[in-house]
Amino acid sequence: MGFKHLINSKKILSLLAVFMLLGTSMLFAQGTEATPAADAVKDNGLPTAGYYILLFLIVCFVIGIVGKILRVFDLTQQIQGKNPINWNNVMGICCLIFLIAGAYGAYWEFTVHGSMILPGAASEHGVKIDEMFWTTTVLTMIVFVVTQILLFTFLFRYRYNKNRRGHFLPHNNTIEKVWTIAPAIVLTVLVIFGFFTWQKITDNTDAKGEPASINIDITGHQFAWELRYTGRDGILGKTNYKLVSGLNKLGIDFKDKNSYDDLQADTMVIPVRKSVRLNIHAQDVIHSVYMPHFRVQLNAVPGLPTFFKFKPTITTAEMRAKLDNPNFEYEILCNKICGGSHYNMKKIVRVVSEAEYQAWIAQQKPYLTDAVKKSLNFAVTEKKEVQPNRLALNN
Amino acid sequence: MSTLAVHDHGVAHHEDDHGQHHHKATFLNTYIFSQDHKMIAKQFLITGMTMAFIAMILSILFRIQLAYPDKAFPLMETLLGRFAPNGRLDANFYLALVTIHGTIMVFFVLTAGLSGTFANLLIPLQLGVRDMASPFMNMLSYWFFFIASLIMLSSFLVQKGPASGGWTIYPPLSALPKAMPGSGMGMTLWLISMVLFIASQLMAGINYVSTILNMRTKGMDLWKMPLSVWALFLTAILGVLSFPVLVAGVVLLVFDRSFGTSFYLSDIVLNGTQIQPYEGGSPILFQHLFWFLGHPEVYIVIMPAMGISSEVMSVNSRKPIFGYHAMVYSLIGITVLSFIVWGHHMFVTGMNPFLGGVFMITTLIIAVPSAVKTFNWLATLWRGNIRFTSGMLFAIGMVSFFISGGLTGIFLGNAALDINLHDTYFVVAHFHLVMGSAAIFGMLAGVYHWFPKMFGRMMNERLGYLHFWLTFIGAYLVFFPMHFMGLDGVPRRYYAFTEFESMKQWLSVNTFVTWAAIMSAVAQVAFLFNFIHSIFWGKKAPQNPWESNTLEWTTPVEHLHGNWPGEIPTVYRWPYDYSKPGAEHDFIPQTVPLSETMSSNLPHDFEDNPVGLEEHTKWASAQKSNEEVK
Repeated sequence: MGFKHLINSKKILSLLAVFMLLGTSMLFAQGTEATPAADAVKDNGLPTAGYYILLFLIVCFVIGIVGKILRVFDLTQQIQGKNPINWNNVMGICCLIFLIAGAYGAYWEFTVHGSMILPGAASEHGVKIDEMFWTTTVLTMIVFVVTQILLFTFLFRYRYNKNRRGHFLPHNNTIEKVWTIAPAIVLTVLVIFGFFTWQKITDNTDAKGEPASINIDITGHQFAWELRYTGRDGILGKTNYKLVSGLNKLGIDFKDKNSYDDLQADTMVIPVRKSVRLNIHAQDVIHSVYMPHFRVQLNAVPGLPTFFKFKPTITTAEMRAKLDNPNFEYEILCNKICGGSHYNMKKIVRVVSEAEYQAWIAQQKPYLTDAVKKSLNFAVTEKKEVQPNRLALNN
Repeated sequence: MSTLAVHDHGVAHHEDDHGQHHHKATFLNTYIFSQDHKMIAKQFLITGMTMAFIAMILSILFRIQLAYPDKAFPLMETLLGRFAPNGRLDANFYLALVTIHGTIMVFFVLTAGLSGTFANLLIPLQLGVRDMASPFMNMLSYWFFFIASLIMLSSFLVQKGPASGGWTIYPPLSALPKAMPGSGMGMTLWLISMVLFIASQLMAGINYVSTILNMRTKGMDLWKMPLSVWALFLTAILGVLSFPVLVAGVVLLVFDRSFGTSFYLSDIVLNGTQIQPYEGGSPILFQHLFWFLGHPEVYIVIMPAMGISSEVMSVNSRKPIFGYHAMVYSLIGITVLSFIVWGHHMFVTGMNPFLGGVFMITTLIIAVPSAVKTFNWLATLWRGNIRFTSGMLFAIGMVSFFISGGLTGIFLGNAALDINLHDTYFVVAHFHLVMGSAAIFGMLAGVYHWFPKMFGRMMNERLGYLHFWLTFIGAYLVFFPMHFMGLDGVPRRYYAFTEFESMKQWLSVNTFVTWAAIMSAVAQVAFLFNFIHSIFWGKKAPQNPWESNTLEWTTPVEHLHGNWPGEIPTVYRWPYDYSKPGAEHDFIPQTVPLSETMSSNLPHDFEDNPVGLEEHTKWASAQKSNEEVK
């Protein structure tokens, strides 16, 4: 065996020793070099690649030696007329150890990492999603635990024994029917439950008698989100991508009078327990509005406006108290690959009381700034004339 | 039938004077432009493995970035040059790594590497065929795949780097060269490579289907085929029906990119001011076309792994596979259903919500055949006599991963739950377990199990054990914590988790995951060493090392073109007569007629054979009267 020769060979051994010595001296040399150079950027606080390569070689060497020892042990056992290592038993026991260690590992994961997941939903529909999530979790975890235990205990229990034969059992129609129908029933329940929840969540129209939702436009572009609130008229003006320019970055159509009072905002401030309808747009590539705490996600697709209606139930202040984290903020992330800075495309969302919301919105600036008016040759006074007219109309 | 076909083939050669030259085995026609299915299988395997190692190294690179987002690695700059300025990965290059890792693993390793290897090897050998239906097309299939691989890898050499819009290459990102550097030349190369790849898959798939349907040996009816062949058969059908749709999608994307059409593009403004002329297209259209292949694709990946594992588990449990018919019907069920579930990748893309509801129903239905398969595997192990070969361990690992990853599919298939889980690390964990790890383990099970058939030598079992445990534990350590990151709303394809306060708590977990990934990657060296070493210096393999029933083990260890030296053996029974009560050995090869095994025959063996059944009852009553006399 080539492997055997390799390990036996004194040349290889001495070569390795030389290599190791050289390697360590090089490491030390590097260590001393790096400090006077004070190259802060290059020193990443981790050992060098050479160190890991050496480590790897040593591990390979040790594995080779262990393999050799096992072989020698096996042969001496055989010479002495004893049984060689029964690898079937060893593997069977390994399976059992894996089962126990894995069970502990999974338990540890669920308790430690499981406690780091998102807090309960901060929106009305999110609570339903959470309920369904926990139902599904309980059901699937039962299956997970039972099947993995069966798998690994079978492996241990029925490991090879030369005095035994397998049990010839090609099929059993009854039991096969049972385990086809049982998952079918469980899944049917989940499907029905899920289907109606989904229908309800995606129903974006305001029901009769329900107060109208707050309309907020959110537009994604590389790599930021733009917000547009309605003014006092409650209606967002039309937009057209062909009107986009340095001054008019959303392409708002200022021929539409509804657009005159549309407001720009840096932070998405929304009142608690009031329905919000997000109108989602994208300018260049697909983005995705993802608000994990509210269980809201929908892609922003160029040329295909999408909508998501939700009702926040917990204010930012309440959430801060709940999580005991004074710096907590709700966030919008981009969750569809959109380019180099995809990882840094966020918007802060703040849920506040109705009064705070009104105070905040009153301070926001309209998109129709003086500069825009000038470029469109609007009379600066025009806005003042229009405003009362439109109010009257709305009333 | 197959003998006839091969006979014709031979005659054609003899009639042609120049044909004689083809029989001379040169290096070129034996190892390179070989038309022998066994050599093509090895070519697919080794190319697939090479691609897998490359994809693995790519994944380690981006894992290092995720573990140490603010550390510089001078070595990276040495290795990657402009893609890692100052020793830190470039954000765009990070996305390129993710994209190419995904593309290589899904298509080049787990589609071509897996199906290509085992379909080429097992279909003729397990069905008693001398070679594929069209060996030349089979060779072309490999070379198209090889060229596609080269083109895919060559995209690392272009100035702006490889395609980087994710392996799903959604337009407009992939359609607009200005949207990101990778959408330039890199994406063009990606598209060319994929078109060649799909051509390769179609040639291969048509070949597999026609071989299986037309060329089986005498007695080998469909219900006597091993599950591995059933799985490869249905996989080939899936591929033939779904891959052309991706070509359609890709060609339209090429038109949008190069000829100014607007199939997928509409209302686009780049960089805040550059208004693009596209109008009336729909990016969602591409997603429909992509996932119409994309979803069957994940079953193209997993079904061969299922078939191989079924086969390996039955052999090494010394027990028939439990519910053979149910296993086949569940494979058929998965095949059919996989065509009508693609929409579950698009719940939150703005697709009509009603459609989402429908796709949710079909998606959760597909869990039923998957559950049946899992339970049947467990029942196969029950009261078996389990031999822990390396192949067996990997087959078991495949089942474990399939359970762990499959269960999270029930969350993601539910449209309402998908709202919050879509495109998070929960998805990453899900598919890496259920189709990544499970399929790789199925593939490795196949490599360990059929290595003696491919190379005539045995692999080192103990190194196989080491490889298994390190990889198995490593994969769980890598992917299990990712579920919880996903439940915390951590999105995938993020270059760094430093920009969001809420994600910083996962930094230590990311470091841990990276080290677990490095451990599993290093464990593959044990495999690579074992593989190469065993090819040349491994122990010589006996003809039937695993005491298996299937036909491939009746061929001589030394390969010969045509597989069997004499006549092709006839098949008399199903492939799973292990530990049959009354039989002399604990296995009865498929080539043993029922008349030679009177003591172990069961009435069940004569289901469509009334004459045989009569004989059997006569024999049984004679036995009974004999016993009474005693």
